[in-house]
Amino acid sequence: MNYLTQIGSYFIMLREIFKKPTKWRIMKTLVLKEIDELVYGSLGIIIFISFFIGAVVTIQTALNLNNPIIPKNLIGFATRQSVILEFAPTFVSIIMAGKVGSYITSSIGTMRVTEQIDALEVMGVNSLNYLVFPKIIAMLFYPFAIAISMYVGIFGGWLAGVFGGFLTSADFVTGLTLEFIPFHIVYAFIKTLLFAFIIATIPSFHGYYMKGGALEVGKASTTSFVWTSVVIIILNYILTQLLLG
Amino acid sequence: MIEVRDIHKSFGDTHILKGLSTVFENGKTNLIIGQSGSGKTVFLKCLLGLFTPEEGDICYDNKSYSKLTTDEKRDLRQEMGMVFQGSALFDSMTVAGNVQFPLEMFTKQAKSEMADRVDTVLKRVNLIDAHHKFPSEISGGMQKRVAIARAIVMNPKYLFCDEPNSGLDPKTAILIDDLIKEITEEYDITTVINTHDMNSVMQIGEKILFLKNGLKEWEGSKHEIFKTDNEAVTDFVYSSELFKKVRQMYIEERN
Repeated sequence: MNYLTQIGSYFIMLREIFKKPTKWRIMKTLVLKEIDELVYGSLGIIIFISFFIGAVVTIQTALNLNNPIIPKNLIGFATRQSVILEFAPTFVSIIMAGKVGSYITSSIGTMRVTEQIDALEVMGVNSLNYLVFPKIIAMLFYPFAIAISMYVGIFGGWLAGVFGGFLTSADFVTGLTLEFIPFHIVYAFIKTLLFAFIIATIPSFHGYYMKGGALEVGKASTTSFVWTSVVIIILNYILTQLLLG
Repeated sequence: MIEVRDIHKSFGDTHILKGLSTVFENGKTNLIIGQSGSGKTVFLKCLLGLFTPEEGDICYDNKSYSKLTTDEKRDLRQEMGMVFQGSALFDSMTVAGNVQFPLEMFTKQAKSEMADRVDTVLKRVNLIDAHHKFPSEISGGMQKRVAIARAIVMNPKYLFCDEPNSGLDPKTAILIDDLIKEITEEYDITTVINTHDMNSVMQIGEKILFLKNGLKEWEGSKHEIFKTDNEAVTDFVYSSELFKKVRQMYIEERN
């Protein structure tokens, strides 16, 4: 019952976010600040993780494809498919649920604890629009980060594959272009956009409606990470079934 | 003027406000006192429109809050200033940014006009030098003064303060009290202060409302509080030895 109430409250919050918008002059600054903090600020960790995961995927695939009748270019193919279809949109989003999500929950939760949200409400500001809407808009730029993740992941795979002596550069590139379906990129970006919305809103919900003090801010961050990850994983399954099934 | 008519507020099965009525006049510092759990904060949040009473009504200059449309309620909120217990300053903004915030949100003033107004109110609270500092870089007393400056920057009709002296040393607390009283008289606003601080009661309590178990137990001025025989009030006000002695001296002087 409590879960249903929470889900209901989440959808009511979504409706409230779009009511009584803040002046564009102020919103513009907030959106730019959020792009800097949520997307640009996450590029470092995204690049770092993507590079090494791409490399590991290639090495693992190479080590498991040791049958001489299986062409080496399948390593490049498997790396491309893994990175584009799952690793970049889903795995990175779960990492972002931890990094960006906990930042959102703790920053909004701290504002709740220190009565800054009450101060906004007393002034007549729609605090949900002021705090959450810029995050949703900023996260529309998240697919750019995922595009970088795809590129770096494949690049990491190429480096590990070629310089690790598992296959030649030509084999890897042949694998990359093998049976390429452009819709897979569309599918990945549809997923990314939805995950971006989830990463912006679920942590905001947990921060905005939290009660208590500093300890509860920490607990809310943990709960928000768990729920954001659960929703991403379930949504990933549903979208895969709908778009590729 | 704020007129409160028989308001009731509950949370689940807990009945917090049980039919509270009073009047807060303009140009006066109205203080709400009472023990923890007496319903002071809930009452203040009802006055601010953050909580909606289940029964009763609150009238702001004869405008009934319950009959206002959403837009009218929003407009009314812009006539209110609030000083929170912990100041509630936006920590990502400078002192000037905090004070300028309501102007940016609700007016179409040019940047220079806003800057002038910010300077005026910061001068009024003696904080012009703290202009570019962040809330974390200034003392608790200064934060309270910034909160007051932010609350009055829009020329509000109503000023609400929740424990404005909490966490301050007695000297700074007196400065804050005096500042609130001066501003109340200068701008002819209706000021309502939620406090536990008996020094404030004696210093600026033009009207004092004593709450007990969600009901009005007593109301009167700082002069009348000395004379009252209401046991709940005397127990609360004279719980400290210092105030017991003060009262004894007052009674002896009177006799």
